[in-house]
Amino acid sequence: MVEGSPSLGWRNYSQRYNLAGNECKTCGKHFFPAVALCPTCRRKGKLVETKMPMEGRLLSYSKVFVGPVGFEMDAPYHLGLVKLQNNVKILAEIVDTPENKIKIGSKVRKVFRKIHSEGETGTISYGYKFRVV
Amino acid sequence: MRNVVIVGAGLTKFGEQWKKSFREMITEAAVSAILDSKLEGKDIEAIYTGTMATGKFIGQEHIGALISDRLGLNPIPSTRLEAACASGSVALKQGYLSIKSGEHDIVAVGGVEKMTEVGVHHASSALGGAGDQETELFHGATFPALYALLARAHMKKFGTTEKHLAQVAVKNHENGVDNPFAQFRNRITIEHVLNSSNVSSPLKLLDCSPLTDGAAGLILMEKQKALDLGLDAVEIVSMAQASDSLALTGRKSLTELNATKQAGKLAYKKAGITAKDIDIAEVHDCFTIAEILAIEDLDFVKKGSGGNATMSGFTAKNGSLPINTSGGLKAKGHPVGATGVAQAVEISQQLLGKADKRQVKGLEYGLTHNVGGSGATCVVGIYRRA
Repeated sequence: MVEGSPSLGWRNYSQRYNLAGNECKTCGKHFFPAVALCPTCRRKGKLVETKMPMEGRLLSYSKVFVGPVGFEMDAPYHLGLVKLQNNVKILAEIVDTPENKIKIGSKVRKVFRKIHSEGETGTISYGYKFRVV
Repeated sequence: MRNVVIVGAGLTKFGEQWKKSFREMITEAAVSAILDSKLEGKDIEAIYTGTMATGKFIGQEHIGALISDRLGLNPIPSTRLEAACASGSVALKQGYLSIKSGEHDIVAVGGVEKMTEVGVHHASSALGGAGDQETELFHGATFPALYALLARAHMKKFGTTEKHLAQVAVKNHENGVDNPFAQFRNRITIEHVLNSSNVSSPLKLLDCSPLTDGAAGLILMEKQKALDLGLDAVEIVSMAQASDSLALTGRKSLTELNATKQAGKLAYKKAGITAKDIDIAEVHDCFTIAEILAIEDLDFVKKGSGGNATMSGFTAKNGSLPINTSGGLKAKGHPVGATGVAQAVEISQQLLGKADKRQVKGLEYGLTHNVGGSGATCVVGIYRRA
């Protein structure tokens, strides 16, 4: 991940903390993260901010044994591809769940967690993860 | 209508090339392609090179100028193209278009990546840039993890097994044995794959292509000029490119790569053929599941049957449709920017009957399939002896 820019995290607080995305009032489709152009309605689209639902189901998952820079110490951890109740898909870590409960179709709910910190003095990033309920 | 042929092809040895720098490797591949073509450096009118992440891997950008300089070919235009692991193929497509358009008659196309100058975690982060920084990498996704999510979905929907995945690696290592340019030339068994260390479940170390240093080069030429000179030539019959969402979350399906389907369909249509006409293919097996998706999405086998087809030997070197006779990304190695160009090198050598021990007989059409990221870019090329 890109490091060193506090504005990158700050700009995305509502997205990372509250699952804020947007919705096109013309076609009714929801987007996460928010888009700057509705890909279907294009110039006829009307985008307004909206929060994503907190719950969804696992479409797929993987136990990551080798993490990228910033996640070396976290491995192994589970990543899940979640389909939220509004059909929007989201990728996040699956936490606080025994491994045998992590299955395709498992119901999950958003939790707020620390994601990553940049060394000892850098920015600490927080955001969404999910747990099986 | 102007047509485009490949008249020269060259590779460096793929692998951990501690003794060779980025600039030495691309020069070596280019010189080898020029020598193979019987042309001379001064005949080349432009250079197109694919490379993915030089800034992160070697701290160098401005690659176009670096390459024309190293080749002693200033002041001709030299351009670098990037589309993650499909960088090589978009460079090839650009070179192809530059001749097709009438702008040039002879161009050089290169692909190169120097991946072992940095540690494995940094290499993993550099490659991660092929995915979505904000919604995938930020959350700890790696490339193996993204393909693992696709693998798990395919296994659930079609009953594909870890053994099916493993057989892709076994088959490609078998092919790599006969490729002197391959990174790995050792045979492996399904048990080796299943017992290799976990990377991102269900993918294990031997399901993954390696980090590789390497470069590939091609000389392209307007077809009639090449035939007039009596050069050995392979025609690029068609090239097609398609895009899809950068992140996996934007995909309609997790059990196919739509960019592959679209690029494949268009390439077949432009060539006026169907998947049944293809006799040999190099497909993008960055992970074992990727080859299974590729042979399904290119219509070589029915959707969902890629695992069984691989087990049955359909894609083996002596099978009905040999796939990745070079060893593929798995065994030949995957210097990301070089891969698309190296695939075309293998297919052109096969079609010219110059593939030595790897040679497959009775070939008419060959195909290359190169994917960027987890499927956000795909380029498919179709070739035939001119």
